[in-house]
Amino acid sequence: MTALQIIFLITAGVILASAVMVVTTRNMIHAALWLIVTLFGAAVLFALLDAGFIAVVQVVVYIGAIAILFIFAVMLTRREMRDRGAQLNSEWWLSAVVAALTFGGLFFLLSGWSGFSAHAPGLSSGTDTVQLLGAALVSPDAYVLPFEVASVLLLAALVGAVYVAFQKKGEE
Amino acid sequence: MEFWSNPIKAAADWLTGVFTGWGMPASASNVVVSLIGVVALIVVVMVLDIMLVWLERKIVARFQDRLGPNRLGPFGLIQPFADIIKLLIKEDTTPSGADRVVYNVAPILAMMAVLLLWAVLPVAPIIFGVDINVGALYVIAVGAIGTLAIITAGWASNNKYALLGAFRQVAVMISYEIPMVVAILIPTMLAGTMGINSIVEAQNVWYFWLAPLAAVLFLVSAMAELGRAPFDLAEAESELVAGHHIEYSGMKFGMFYAAELLHAFTFGGFMAAFFFGGWRGPGVAQFPLLGLFWFMLKALIGYWVFGWIKYTMPRIRIDHMLALNWKFLVPVSFVLLMVVALMNSLLRGSDYYVIGMFLSNVVVGWGALEIVRASARRQRKEIETPAQTASAHH
Repeated sequence: MTALQIIFLITAGVILASAVMVVTTRNMIHAALWLIVTLFGAAVLFALLDAGFIAVVQVVVYIGAIAILFIFAVMLTRREMRDRGAQLNSEWWLSAVVAALTFGGLFFLLSGWSGFSAHAPGLSSGTDTVQLLGAALVSPDAYVLPFEVASVLLLAALVGAVYVAFQKKGEE
Repeated sequence: MEFWSNPIKAAADWLTGVFTGWGMPASASNVVVSLIGVVALIVVVMVLDIMLVWLERKIVARFQDRLGPNRLGPFGLIQPFADIIKLLIKEDTTPSGADRVVYNVAPILAMMAVLLLWAVLPVAPIIFGVDINVGALYVIAVGAIGTLAIITAGWASNNKYALLGAFRQVAVMISYEIPMVVAILIPTMLAGTMGINSIVEAQNVWYFWLAPLAAVLFLVSAMAELGRAPFDLAEAESELVAGHHIEYSGMKFGMFYAAELLHAFTFGGFMAAFFFGGWRGPGVAQFPLLGLFWFMLKALIGYWVFGWIKYTMPRIRIDHMLALNWKFLVPVSFVLLMVVALMNSLLRGSDYYVIGMFLSNVVVGWGALEIVRASARRQRKEIETPAQTASAHH
C-alpha cells in the first residue's frame, strides 16, 4: 500500500464518519461544524488528486463562505442558541434508502467504466495546473461560454441583493 | 561554505542520511524529516511570538509616552516569560453552559490559522515551507479558519457579549475579504503566478512602486482581518467587555492573544512578500541567508506600522466600518484592478512602465478621495441647511 492510499483511506473514513455525524447529531451548530470537517476532507481528496487550486477554492468557498453562512443562519433564526428540538418527521429511513440506492446506482454505472479501477496517471513535473485551468476557462474552444454564463448569473444575484436591500430616497 | 549557502537543506540531507542508516526506508525517512522541519518551523515562530509580546508592549509604551516593561532583565526582556508563567498557573475556567469541546477547540483553531500561513511564507530564498502554485489563494483560505475560530469561540462561550463580538468580527472579516482578495490579485497579476516565492522572485521593481494603492488596500483590509484598532470593535472594551474571548482565561486566552500578535507580524511578512520584495535585498545573491535578515527587517517594519496605526487611531463604529468597506474600498479595489490590468498590458516593456503604473495608481486613489469628499460635502450641507433655518426661528 502506498502512502497516498493510506492517506486516502484515512480521509475517506473521516469524511464518512463526520457526514454521519452531520445527519445524526441533534445540535444544529454541531451539525454545521461536522459539515465543515466533511468539506475539509473533500478538500484533502482534491489535493490528493493534484488539484491544488480546486482544493483551496473548496476551503475558501465552502468553509469560508457557505459553512459560515449556515452557522449564521442557525444562530439567527433559532430562538434558543442551543437547539435540540424533536425531528420534524420520522421519514429518516426513506432518505437512507434513497441515499443507498443513489450510491448503489452510481457504483453500478461507474463499475462499467474503463477508468474505474485504473490508477490516475501522474502529472509530469513542471505542469502548472493553475495556468492550464486559467487558459481553459477563457479559451473559446473550452469553457468560455459556461464561465461567462456563470458570471452573469452571479452578477444577477448581486443586483438582486442590492435591489432587495436598497432604500429609496425619502423612504425610511 | 557549502553548508552556509543552504544550511536547511544540508541539515535535512544529513538527517535523512542518519535515518536511512538506521534501516528506515527512504520514503519514511523523508516523511519524518519533513515532520521535524514542520515542528522546527513552528517552534521558531512561537519563540518569535514570545518576543513579539515584549516588542508590542515596548512599541505601545513609546506611543503613549511611557517606558514599558523595564524591570525584569535587560530592557525588560524577561517580562514575556514571566507573563507566560502567570498565564500557565492561572485558574482555567469554563463558563457554565459552555459547549466544552467546541470551547476548547476555538483557541487551537485561532493559533492554527496563523501557523498555517507560515507554510507558504518565504522568509529567505532557501527557507520556506512549501512553494505551492496557489499560495496567494491559500492565504485567503486560511483566513476562513480564523473566521471559524472566532465564531466557534463566541458561540461556545454561552455569553451574549462573546456572541455579539463574534458576529461583528465575522461580518467584518467576510466583508474585508473582498478588497483583500483584489489587493492580493494585483501582485498575482503583475507576476503572472500565485506562488508567493515566484511573486517575490518576479519583483525586480518592488510592486509597491507599481501598485502603491493596492499596498494601501492590503494594509487596511489586513488590519480589519486582524481585528486590530481602529477596527477592533469585536473587542470594544467599552461595550462588549472583550468580545469573543471574554470567557477564556489562562493560556486559552493567551492563545488568542498570541495568535493576534503573530497574525499582525505574519501579515507584515505578507505585505513585504507581496509589495516590498520579500527577502530581496543587497547581497542576497551571494549569501542566501542574508534574505532572512531583509525579510525580518521588512516584516518588522510592517508590524511596527500596524502598531503605529493601532495606538494612534480611535475605534470606528461598526456601521461606519462596513460602509467604508462596501462603499469605498470595494469599488476602489475593482477600479484599481481594471486600471492596473490595462496599464500593465499597455506599458509593459516601455521606458515609462514604473512611472506610468505609479501615476495611474495615484490618479485612481486621488479620484476616489475626491468623489468621497464631494459626497461628504453634499451630506454636510443637507444636514446644516435645515439646522440654520431652525436656529433662525429662535
